[in-house]
Amino acid sequence: MDAFIKPVGDQAALVVFEQRIAEDVNQKVMALKKQVELLRGDRVLETVPAFASLLVYYDPLKSDYASMEKLLKKLVTKLKDGKMSSGRTVEIPVCYGGKYGEDLEYVAKHAGLSREEVIRIHSGKDYLIYMLGFLPGFPYLGGLDQRLFTPRLDNPRTRIPAGSVGIGGEQTGIYPMESPGGWQLIGRTPLNLFSPDNGGKLMYEAGDRIRFVPISEAEYKKRVAEWQ
Amino acid sequence: MAIKILTVGPLTTVQDFGRSGFGSRGYRRCGACDKYSMQIANILAGNMEDCALAAVLEFTLSGGKMEFTDNCQIALAGADMSPKLNGNPIAMYRSVKTKAGDILELGMAVDGLRTYLAVGGGIDTEKVMSSRATDCTCGIGGMDGRALREGDVLKTGVSGKEKVEFVITEEMFWLKKPSHPYRSVGNQLLPVLRVVAGPQEEAFTKEARENLRREVYKIKVDSDRMAVRLEGPELKTKEGSDIISDGIVEGSVQISSNGLPMVMLADHQTTGGYAKIATVISTDIPAIAQRRPGECIGFEYITPAQAGEAYRKEVRKLAWLKKEIVMKQKNRK
Repeated sequence: MDAFIKPVGDQAALVVFEQRIAEDVNQKVMALKKQVELLRGDRVLETVPAFASLLVYYDPLKSDYASMEKLLKKLVTKLKDGKMSSGRTVEIPVCYGGKYGEDLEYVAKHAGLSREEVIRIHSGKDYLIYMLGFLPGFPYLGGLDQRLFTPRLDNPRTRIPAGSVGIGGEQTGIYPMESPGGWQLIGRTPLNLFSPDNGGKLMYEAGDRIRFVPISEAEYKKRVAEWQ
Repeated sequence: MAIKILTVGPLTTVQDFGRSGFGSRGYRRCGACDKYSMQIANILAGNMEDCALAAVLEFTLSGGKMEFTDNCQIALAGADMSPKLNGNPIAMYRSVKTKAGDILELGMAVDGLRTYLAVGGGIDTEKVMSSRATDCTCGIGGMDGRALREGDVLKTGVSGKEKVEFVITEEMFWLKKPSHPYRSVGNQLLPVLRVVAGPQEEAFTKEARENLRREVYKIKVDSDRMAVRLEGPELKTKEGSDIISDGIVEGSVQISSNGLPMVMLADHQTTGGYAKIATVISTDIPAIAQRRPGECIGFEYITPAQAGEAYRKEVRKLAWLKKEIVMKQKNRK
């Protein structure tokens, strides 16, 4: 199995797999993450998985780059080809359109589809979470149906409400917290995705899959009331 | 015991070593930009064992006024903000005893950019995900996840039994600041940041790598706790600076589409989509975190092994200070 190990300063190393956004590559990242995390607390302090790479923070008092490079190379070679057990599938309820997804209309028009068709297509498949980044819990999802590819807004919004589900170019995703952003908003989830009070736990991790489940406005309000 | 904030400067936050361990979920580390000065301040304030854990206040560019509600021990390190206690000048880099009602005043930084105030027992705001570091972007940690304002009251912890009293004198100048090389340019000494070649080094032209090694870069005014933005000779990539996003660290030297480098600091995002030509070693992060807009810096390549050695040397400096303090205490007994 081919991967390069690169130094990242004096406290981390980056394992670089084949540079393409694809499930098979990402699965290798997750498989390696699992192996490396077994060493956490000893030499390994933390890992940050991305589309096609794994960043490994190490303790510079207990190890050094040369031995980390050797160790990571060994772990990479030992990775088995083929499908590994995939992560969980997490259902994210979404109220599509209206004030919750102001750009649904635009996305539908751009695609030459009805709003219902956009919702059906968007919620009709599971999306792999390749990585989390940008903001806590912001998932980089793969596999958006080509028909829904929509350019980002010309003028990004200064404030996007937490839980917004959007489409930006060839990607779809969720804003777990309020933030500025340029994606087309098609809906909103009533779930509280950002809850640092429970120790930073999230409903999903990189490697899991997300399934969007359409819900009514009444259901949305009910679910929001549950945690607010 | 508490600190009452009477007036504030442009950006004052509660910081510690950072919220590490949650990068895979997209949580930024944050923490003190100059972790060396933070630790020196903590040691002098009596937080010897906890010097990397006890939370401190980080002042940017200027300080402000604050009142101590009780007797305590404090220390200041980093940029010199001409501190005054009840109107009388006090020295940076020394243990200072304060009494209830004492007022500490910090002015404009006369050198450097960031000053650290440590108090015995540390600033005791609630921990969020095992850290007190303020993450202003996500609104967590420190004082309600935001910069301090007038009227804020910060609880402090219980200080340990160790009665530390120590002054870092002029002869110990090497202990005050983090170690990094200089280079003479004309008749000036240019601070040089040591870097290890970055994960996308090959994406850059040979000229870009030469530029980074030889040229002088100026700190831009839009620098902040997330990144120090630099201007200088362009660092060109062979085929564009966009990459498939990967993990970044404090010190990553990212090159955006305009060919200009930015050095990531404590508030950096966990991942990024720009090519990284190099990584500033952790030992030299404080040096750039203390430089102001308009100031210039250079870069110098070293090997990962040399970077590891530099780190261990810095750790030994702190250990030396702790040992001196312990010896002084013993002698007194």
